[in-house]
Amino acid sequence: MNHNRRTLLKGTMAASATGLAISAGLLTPKAVLAAWPKEAFEAKDVDAALAASQGSSSASESNKIKLKAPDIAENGAVVPITVTSDISGTETISLLVSKNAQPLTATFNLGSNTEGYISTRIKMGKTSDVVAVVKAGGKLYSTKKQVKVTIGGCGG
Amino acid sequence: MANSIKVRAKAESGVATIKCLISHPMETGLRKDKKTGDKIPAQFIQEVNCDHNGKSVLSAQWGPAVSKNPFLSFKFSGAKSGDTIKISWVDNKGDSDSTEAKIK
Repeated sequence: MNHNRRTLLKGTMAASATGLAISAGLLTPKAVLAAWPKEAFEAKDVDAALAASQGSSSASESNKIKLKAPDIAENGAVVPITVTSDISGTETISLLVSKNAQPLTATFNLGSNTEGYISTRIKMGKTSDVVAVVKAGGKLYSTKKQVKVTIGGCGG
Repeated sequence: MANSIKVRAKAESGVATIKCLISHPMETGLRKDKKTGDKIPAQFIQEVNCDHNGKSVLSAQWGPAVSKNPFLSFKFSGAKSGDTIKISWVDNKGDSDSTEAKIK
């Protein structure tokens, strides 16, 4: 495990262009994880995050997606979210929190056998809409729910 | 970061339900150390992968807004008791871990 980390670090040192990119941001070998959509995760609003991660920001509302979230979250650091999609051919499920500094929280790419069901826990800075976006057959569908937060989970 | 993943996997009439807990600080990079006032550097899981018998069933990309010690649950079909699932994660500092579990 540690050995891998060493080679990772060495790899990024060697590529000077990557080194520059890293020094511009944090001291992290982000470039190695090419699949991670940095731009999408750093987008400041929901539309920009969707455009960067899914290629389009036009999601139609769908009642086939069920978003289970608490009405009031006492602690914004741990907000349980469950998304169930009844849309056939669901490819990805994304979670966004519209008023977080970086709305895109997570994207789940489902395999062909995987059911449209994801349950996880997220952080919320303040009272906001949680948006679940499902990609199926190249189209985007969304549903949202407001969660009231009494203590924020982002920042100090 | 050895043994950071706990997995429960259960198959019922061909559909497996996977629940996993990963112990990880998931620092956003926005928090400040209360004593020194310095920012705590970001450290969060960026990618989570799950394979069932060597075939990918879920790959997730996470941002810093996933909770500390993340919980993840999902379901997939075509599974039976005794199958192997492998779960792995990589964070923004290049740390990683993986574990294998048998479906009950």
